[in-house]
Amino acid sequence: MSERQLFVLQRLSALVMAPMVLLHLGVILYATRTGLSAEAILTRTGSTWLWPAFYAAFVLAVTVHVPIGVRNVLREWTPLSRGAVNGIAIAAAAACLILGLRAVWAISGWAA
Amino acid sequence: MTATDTTAPVPATPRGGTLTVRLWRGDASGGDYQTYSVPRRDNQTVLDVVTEVQRRQAPDLAYRFACRVGVCGSCAMMVNDTPRWTCRTHVSKVAEGGTITVAPLRNLPVIRDLATDMTDFFDKWQKAGGRFQGSATRDEPMAQVDPSSKARRMADAGIECINCGVCYSACDVVAWDKDYLGPAALNRAWTLLNDVRHADQKGTLDKAMAQGGCGSCHTQGNCMRACPVGISPTRAIAGIKRMSLLDFIGMRGR
Repeated sequence: MSERQLFVLQRLSALVMAPMVLLHLGVILYATRTGLSAEAILTRTGSTWLWPAFYAAFVLAVTVHVPIGVRNVLREWTPLSRGAVNGIAIAAAAACLILGLRAVWAISGWAA
Repeated sequence: MTATDTTAPVPATPRGGTLTVRLWRGDASGGDYQTYSVPRRDNQTVLDVVTEVQRRQAPDLAYRFACRVGVCGSCAMMVNDTPRWTCRTHVSKVAEGGTITVAPLRNLPVIRDLATDMTDFFDKWQKAGGRFQGSATRDEPMAQVDPSSKARRMADAGIECINCGVCYSACDVVAWDKDYLGPAALNRAWTLLNDVRHADQKGTLDKAMAQGGCGSCHTQGNCMRACPVGISPTRAIAGIKRMSLLDFIGMRGR
């Protein structure tokens, strides 16, 4: 994949994430300020497929966005080889995807 | 740049007092500042001072200049740690306590004293896709370019660059990332991307967005602040990024 494609993917994923971050922050503020228990929150997130779908899309956007940024930072600020930097970026992508989808699974209530 | 008062007489004689000048002397293997004293004159530019030192005190001083009037772009140096055209920098504007410090341009290898090797700087113009490629032959009619079109106005905003290297020297990203093409080269690419006569649009866009291209810019704006002719390479780079995104999703308009 060319640098230009990576750049565009990072920007497009940022475009997707921007409103999602706002909604996610809104959810956090709402949940904490209204004193909802963890159980009550999980009941609500598991009550419809929309919440898991929203967070799954969020996780996918993060999986695209984060490793490209990590790669840029490492390449600019560390003496690591290109291969090492790419390896770390792919590992970061895998971590975002696996941990993120695991969390989506947890709030979906489908395991119960 | 300062406006010149054309009605004032130009005194050629010293106006009294001396100026302390610290000039960087050395070569690629290293060097240090040496201090000289020069008579203070009215309307004295930093280039005048360097020339006076070279003519009267240090004939072996190496520096570069040609036109003396801000057209050629060869006399850029660090003046008190800021890259400037020395010919258009009046001593009265930059002397701090009767002292000025002049060094070779930052981010470029020194050849000797105040002269730098600008090979990298010019090579990067080519790497950024800065070579014009015509789309017509001499037998075809001249291209009709509407000067008021949006693309032409954007090209015009950057077209006055004279390759002096001031922005390249001011850029911190160039300082820490040797692959970065720098503001001048990317500004050049932007003017071509807005030139309807330039045939290799895709090639220039790809090169300007390749590794070391626009993606490496941190939008710090030092180039824009330092440019002696008021060009904003920062805006050019932002324009290329936007164009690249629109091109990718098939929405690049001309």
